[in-house]
Amino acid sequence: MQFRHKIAGGDFTKAGNVASSVKKILRQLNIDHSVSKRVVIGLYEGEVNVVAHAFSGIIDVDIDEMRVKVIITDKGPGIADIEQAMEEGYSTATPQVREMGFGAGMGLSNMKKNSDSMKISSKIDEGTIVELITFIKPNAG
Amino acid sequence: MWNLLLLSNQMQDKNQNRDFHHALTVHIEMCIGCTHCMAVCPTQAIRVKNGKAKISANRCVDCGECYKACPVEAIVVEQDDLKMIFKFPVRVILIPSVLIGQFPRKIMTSSIYNALKEIGFTHIFEVENTVDMVLEAGRQYMHEQKERPVISSYCPAIIRLIQVKYPSLISNIMKVNPPIDMTAMYYREKLKGSGIPEDQIGLFYATPCAAKIAAVKSPVGEIESAVTGVININFLYNQILKFLQRKYTESEPPETDNLLSSRGILWSLTRGEAIHSNGRALAIDGIKNVNEFLENIDNEKLDKIDFLELRACDESCAGGILLSGNRFLTVERLKNRAEEYRAREDDKDRKLKEGFLNISEHGFLGDIRPRPMDKLDEDISSALKKMERQRRIMCFLPGLDCAGCGAPDCQTLSEDIVLGNAQISDCIFMQQQMVKQNLLSQEQAFRITENIWGKERLEKNCNKLGAENENN
Repeated sequence: MQFRHKIAGGDFTKAGNVASSVKKILRQLNIDHSVSKRVVIGLYEGEVNVVAHAFSGIIDVDIDEMRVKVIITDKGPGIADIEQAMEEGYSTATPQVREMGFGAGMGLSNMKKNSDSMKISSKIDEGTIVELITFIKPNAG
Repeated sequence: MWNLLLLSNQMQDKNQNRDFHHALTVHIEMCIGCTHCMAVCPTQAIRVKNGKAKISANRCVDCGECYKACPVEAIVVEQDDLKMIFKFPVRVILIPSVLIGQFPRKIMTSSIYNALKEIGFTHIFEVENTVDMVLEAGRQYMHEQKERPVISSYCPAIIRLIQVKYPSLISNIMKVNPPIDMTAMYYREKLKGSGIPEDQIGLFYATPCAAKIAAVKSPVGEIESAVTGVININFLYNQILKFLQRKYTESEPPETDNLLSSRGILWSLTRGEAIHSNGRALAIDGIKNVNEFLENIDNEKLDKIDFLELRACDESCAGGILLSGNRFLTVERLKNRAEEYRAREDDKDRKLKEGFLNISEHGFLGDIRPRPMDKLDEDISSALKKMERQRRIMCFLPGLDCAGCGAPDCQTLSEDIVLGNAQISDCIFMQQQMVKQNLLSQEQAFRITENIWGKERLEKNCNKLGAENENN
C-alpha cells in the first residue's frame, strides 16, 4: 500500500503531520509498536529536514507484509558531504532554524538508528533522496 | 502441552471479558436515536441501529461524554443498591473530596458527615487520606523507572483510553495504585487489625464518575478491588440534602480520623498531582484535549516530559459526570478547604507511615494489557487488504460526516464496512447513487433507512423539540 504526502519547505507549523498520520495507519495494521515507533521517528526527522533545508518535498510511504519503506525526495540545496552530514551534531541549519529548536544535527543519524537500511543520494543545487526501510517483525500480540 | 496452551488461552479470554465491564449503558426505551452521544464519543464507540444508540464494549472507555450529551437521560450509570450496605455490620463510606465541594461553604463538613451517618454509614473516611502514601510510591517509581514520560494512573478513563487507542504508551503508565485503592486497602487492613472479621466490613465508594465504577468492577492491573460496592454521588447528594434539611438531635459523631492533608484535598483537581512532580510536568484535563495531545505530539517532544497528569473531565474530578454542583465553585471550595488545612498542618506529621500498609506490598499495580481498537486484522496481510479496500470506499463516501448511516463519520463507516459490520448502501448519498443506477430500488433504500433509524423515525411526531406540541 502506498501513501504520498507533499511538504512545503519552511512551513514548520506542519512538520510532524505525516508522522502522525502514518502512526495511525500502522496502528490499524496492527504493526508492533516497537516497529511503528522507529518508523515514526525516522519520518518525523525526514519531515523536519525537508522543512528546514529544502524548498519542497514528497514523502512516499510504502507498506507491505515485510517492511515499511519511506522515500523522501526533496528539491533543495543538496548535501555536499553526506558522510559529514551523518555525523551526530553536524548541522548546516541557519541560526533562525536552531532558535526554533530544530537543527541540532541529529536528524540523519537518528534516521539511521531507527531504520534497518538507509540510502542517501544527493545532488548539489538539485535535491536529496533518502530511502529508509524498517522491517516488520512478527507481532508479539 | 496443547491442552495447557488452550487452557491459558481460555483463561486469557475470561480475563479479557472481565476487563470489558462498563458502567455506562443505553436505556433502550428512553433512547430516541438522536446521535448526540455518537458525535461526542472520543473513541467512536457508538452507532445507531434500529433507532437506538449502541455502545461497543471494545471501544468504550467509560468517560461519560455520552452521558453528558444525552438530551433524554437515556444513558444510565449503573450503581449498587444503597440497601446493600446493611448486609454489613461495619459500613464504611469512602468519600472523595469533591463531594464536600458540592455544598456551599456555610454547610460544615461535620454536618455532611452526620448526614452520612444518618443515611446508615458507621465509618466515614476521605478517599484522599492516603495521598501522601501514593506520593511516596510515585517518587519511588519515578526514581526506579527511567522511561519518560511517566503517565499518571489516577484517571481510569485515561488508562482505558491508552489501552484502546495508544497501546504504545502503556509502558509509560505509572504503576502506582490510585488513592481510592490505596485507601480502601488501608482501612480494610486497619479495621481487620482492630479485630473486626473481614466479612463484616463493607467498604463503599462514593463515585463522581462512571470510569471509577468500571475500575472498581474490573480493575486493570490489580487482582481484585478492596472496595465492596459503589454509590453514585448524585444519588448520595440527594440523600444528604434530605438529612441536612431535617433537624435531628445531636447523636454520636461517626467514626473517622484526621489523616487528610491539603495535598489530598487538591489531588483530584487539575494540577493536583503534577504540582508535586520534579522536572517537567504537564497537566491536561478534558478527554478531547488529552486525545488531541496524544494523537499529535511527536515522540521526541514527548520523551522530554517527565510527568503527565491526564484527566478525562474538564476541571478533573470537579467536573465528574455524577456531580451536580458547578465545577468552578467546587474547585473554589476545595482550594479554600486546602488553605485552612495548610495553615495548621505539620509536614513531619505523617501518621500513615507506620500504618497498616507497606508501599512495596500494596502500592503498585500489576501489568496493564493493551486492547487496541484500531487494528483492522490480527494478520498484517489481511489488514493491508482491508485498508486498501477502506481507502477505495472513502473515494466514494461524501466526506460530510453527517451520521446519516448510523456511524459518527465517513471514515468510521468505511472501517465498519471492511470489518463486515456495515454496508456501503448504509450511506444515504450512496443510496441516491445506487437508486439512480438501478442498483437499488427505492423500496430497498427506504428499508435500509428504517433499519438504521427505526420505523417510528419516519412517522409524524409533533412532540419532539421545536415541533407543534413540543411540551406534551
